[in-house]
Amino acid sequence: MGNNQSAVVIGGSHAAVQLVISLRQNGWQGSITVVSDEPYLPYQRPPLSKAYLAGDIAEEQLALRASAAYDKLDVSFLLGVTVLAIDTDNHRLRLDNGEYLGFSKLALCTGARARTLPIAGVDLQGVHYLRNMDDVKGIQQSAVSAKTAVIIGGGYIGLETAASLTKQGIAVTLLEAEPRLLQRVASQPTSDFYQRLHKENGVTIRCNAMASALMGDTRVKAVVCSDGDSIETDMVIIGIGVIPNTELASAAALEVDNGILVNEFAQSSHPDIVAAGDCTSHLNPLLRRTLRLESVPNATEQAKAAAASICGLQKQYAELPWFWSDQYDVKLQIAGMNQGYTDAIIRGDITSHSFSVFYIKDTVIIAADCINRPKDFMLAKKLILHNAQIDPVILADETTELKTLLTEH
Amino acid sequence: MPVINYIEANGTEYSIDIAEGVSLMQGALDNMIDGIVAECGGCCVCCTCHCMIDPAWVEVAGAAGAEEAEMLEMIDSRSETSRLSCQVKVTAAMEGMVVHLPESQY
Ligand SMILES: Cc1cc2nc3c(=O)[nH]c(=O)nc-3n(C[C@H](O)[C@H](O)[C@H](O)COP(=O)(O)OP(=O)(O)OC[C@H]3O[C@@H](n4cnc5c(N)ncnc54)[C@H](O)[C@@H]3O)c2cc1C
Ligand code: FES
Repeated sequence: MGNNQSAVVIGGSHAAVQLVISLRQNGWQGSITVVSDEPYLPYQRPPLSKAYLAGDIAEEQLALRASAAYDKLDVSFLLGVTVLAIDTDNHRLRLDNGEYLGFSKLALCTGARARTLPIAGVDLQGVHYLRNMDDVKGIQQSAVSAKTAVIIGGGYIGLETAASLTKQGIAVTLLEAEPRLLQRVASQPTSDFYQRLHKENGVTIRCNAMASALMGDTRVKAVVCSDGDSIETDMVIIGIGVIPNTELASAAALEVDNGILVNEFAQSSHPDIVAAGDCTSHLNPLLRRTLRLESVPNATEQAKAAAASICGLQKQYAELPWFWSDQYDVKLQIAGMNQGYTDAIIRGDITSHSFSVFYIKDTVIIAADCINRPKDFMLAKKLILHNAQIDPVILADETTELKTLLTEH
Repeated sequence: MPVINYIEANGTEYSIDIAEGVSLMQGALDNMIDGIVAECGGCCVCCTCHCMIDPAWVEVAGAAGAEEAEMLEMIDSRSETSRLSCQVKVTAAMEGMVVHLPESQY
């Protein structure tokens, strides 16, 4: 590993930060450059819809690392610079500032972008997506004078945004196209809970509601639904999912399938290119299938494998996926992936603000939604990793300590 | 800036200046101390920022909140003085505080 080697990372967020740190920890002696199209040093994304949007924490507190840390690591940043193309033949990148940047090893940490809503009026002032810092700054500006807001999309980001805006005294209406909230990711009991929680806090939730146009002259004034109904509003936030940023990889002839395809060592189909984070479709050895995840733990853990691969080492990325969401005073922690579950077992009182939903597939626990139940979450992770066979009756019985289920196995 | 002394399980010591108001977790991350993983970035949801406050400093560090205490209960390597380092914000009174890190965060 000579000193003339250069590692370049495209994207400067959760995956990129862990990757550059792990490179140095693994002894990478060459240069490290991070190219990011955002004008900020890496910051935490999860609080953007939570504590930061609610006004509970300041911008400085979002920094993923103090800037001095990058100096110590000898990592340089090109901020506000977009990579336009990867020239694999010449091992260099074409940048939008007219320059080229050579690399020996390349890491794609390009993440994902907000899915756009193809209806009229989305370009009006007061209409926002929520993916990055600038989006939130726009939302905060609109929120200063807004009394009402419509949120389009009842996934976690839409729901968190509803909670954060409600906290600021804005009357929120949330539109969900599906028959229930969180339809694609959670079971009925979890959906029902969030519907109730938001109602309790004054949010109007409309399921089976499709926005068909946004109206207004320069600023948005109303959302028209496909049933013809029109909802007056001062601002609109669209949260209908993300699209992985894979265009650079495709154009460079890397294999892409709903994400840049990588193996469990975060290696792409090109020997000098790795990828990590939201932009990847990766093989998860524990679940024995290919996944594309949108979570911080995924970005950081996969980045460790990617850094090892760059340094010629092997570190397998094989983790159980997990996720969390904060809304009002309710903390949801999700362990595992519930796809294909055959039964959902409730532990605790579903009419309260503290219960868990355990997802079972053929007698084995595969996932759990833990609502204000950190202990259940920590144990669920272990139970899932142990492929624990569980008697549903015992699982639902709160007088049995979950811990005993683990030891008996 | 208060100096905090982190001691890893293998005995490696780090003395680090951390600004008041910054968490012990962030201080460790900013200085590339391996013993803290912090998968969730300080949101009190992952338990991979576990530390043990040196017994002499327990009062200064303060007690865990209810949510944090529940998470701590599930950590196999916990001790009486365990805290989640993301929930401990550095204050002037912590000048010289000693914090021990576990062998593993998993
Ligand atoms: C509002 C919000 C709340 C969230 N809440 C949670 C949560 O509670 N828990 C959780 O685990 N996850 C959460 N997530 C998801 C989490 O933030 C992502 O999984 C994580 O940010 C992925 O990190 P990444 O580094 O892979 O990509 P990203 O964070 O998407 O970063 C990619 C970066 O690359 C840049 N980039 C892309 N292409 C180029 C190019 N050609 N040239 C230069 N730069 C480029 C992008 O602009 C971006 O800055 C949330 C996300 C959002 C938006
Ligand atoms: S960093 Fe996750 S709980 Fe402290």
